[in-house]
Amino acid sequence: MNRILAALAMLLLCEAAVAARGTGDLGVVIERSSGSLRIVETSGNTGIARVEGLGDLSHASVVYSRDERFAYVFGRDGGLTRVDILAAEICQRRLQAGNSIGGAISQDGRLVAVSNYEPGGVRVFDAETLDLVADIPATHGDGRRSKVVGLVDAPGQRFVFSLWDAGEIWVLDMSDREHPGITKFRDVGRNPYDALITGDGRYYIAGLFGEDGLAMLDLWNPGLGVRRILPDYGKGARKLPVYKMPHLEGWAVAGGLAFVPAVGSHEVLVIDMQDWTLAGRIPVLGQPVFVMARPDGRQVWVNFALPDNDSIQVIDTQTLAVVRRLRPGKGVLHMEFEPRGEQVWLSVRDENRVEVYDTSSFERLATIPAINPSGIFFTVRAHRTGL
Amino acid sequence: MARACGFLLSLLLSLPIQAADGIGDARQRELANLLIQDCGSCHGLRMKGGLGPALQPKNLAGKSAEYLSGVILEGRVGSAMPAWNAILTPVEARWIAERLLRGAAP
Repeated sequence: MNRILAALAMLLLCEAAVAARGTGDLGVVIERSSGSLRIVETSGNTGIARVEGLGDLSHASVVYSRDERFAYVFGRDGGLTRVDILAAEICQRRLQAGNSIGGAISQDGRLVAVSNYEPGGVRVFDAETLDLVADIPATHGDGRRSKVVGLVDAPGQRFVFSLWDAGEIWVLDMSDREHPGITKFRDVGRNPYDALITGDGRYYIAGLFGEDGLAMLDLWNPGLGVRRILPDYGKGARKLPVYKMPHLEGWAVAGGLAFVPAVGSHEVLVIDMQDWTLAGRIPVLGQPVFVMARPDGRQVWVNFALPDNDSIQVIDTQTLAVVRRLRPGKGVLHMEFEPRGEQVWLSVRDENRVEVYDTSSFERLATIPAINPSGIFFTVRAHRTGL
Repeated sequence: MARACGFLLSLLLSLPIQAADGIGDARQRELANLLIQDCGSCHGLRMKGGLGPALQPKNLAGKSAEYLSGVILEGRVGSAMPAWNAILTPVEARWIAERLLRGAAP
């Protein structure tokens, strides 16, 4: 009965009748300073609608419902918003915390989790109603709360996240939503700043800001604990200033190699995933922020922190060489490949536009106006673990 | 017309600083953008904090522009705050510090 009532309430909240249309070629672009979303489509490379009223989107990210109709937007101000991208309207919105950084959707698509800076912790919501299901304070040490980063979904209705202040990784098991299970891994390293999970859902890897190396948890063998990989990739080198925190969202994997941004040195690190050793270091223009593989794994695209944030470099994953430098404009913040990778979208924040490039010819194919665009998120993410 | 007014207003607002510091209009616009967008990456577009602390005027009460520009230029060892002296001159850091003390928002 409750289910029926909830379903009815949903219909009332989001009842817009829309013309029949698939959503597999849709996506959203975050317009960070105006608190709006631009809904875009990748068949003709155009903007089709704008949704306003999403609050402070300083650091916003998006996940999608399984049916690829609803976007969950996580805003800096703690706002969690469910947007119907077909109707281009907000269904529900709740301010669930004071300051948050990101979120994830569960394997079965029924739960949405948000990682919060203030109050530090994770909150889990019902994906249809946005009702609170679980509140997990990130308490550590003598009872202080840590900022939470690097929240991802994992198979088995689990969420995995890292505690910036505490240097811990937690696994939250929501398979029984009345009784969440938490497994904590302590002393994983100083200041984990972001994390990712491999597409198969097996390896969770957190980057460390406070020291060299990455912390890795094998979710198939959690009993082995968290291992440190690449413990001294920057040993002895003077750290360069990091004007923007790198992201580990786009796990770039190609031919058994993984590509991640170095922190405090202008390099992309190449990891051999057979034995988790350093297989190479590729010198790049500046401090890498996003290191993202084209879906076929043949290219890796890299953007940069200030003062090199007008450029993109493209790495060939066979030769490990930089094969191209593009200068899309000032403030290249994010990139998103079209589902099969023949085109890529780049947000150019300070020039109020999004550019679409051909990934073979590197020609610019389209320009879509957007207000201070940052993150770009296509619906193809709906069916990918960790995105 | 509204645009022209906005321009005149911003010119008016920036006049004393420009006179004092000699930072050109174009650079002031760049600095204002850097403050909101790039400082905002960690401190929030509305300076309400994020990975870095909140920097609204109420959070900065009692801190001088000299102190703040020092932190901007030198960074904070042991935190994620980098030294901006490769990007900003002391005069520009001071301009940003004063902006913060007055309240910065998009």
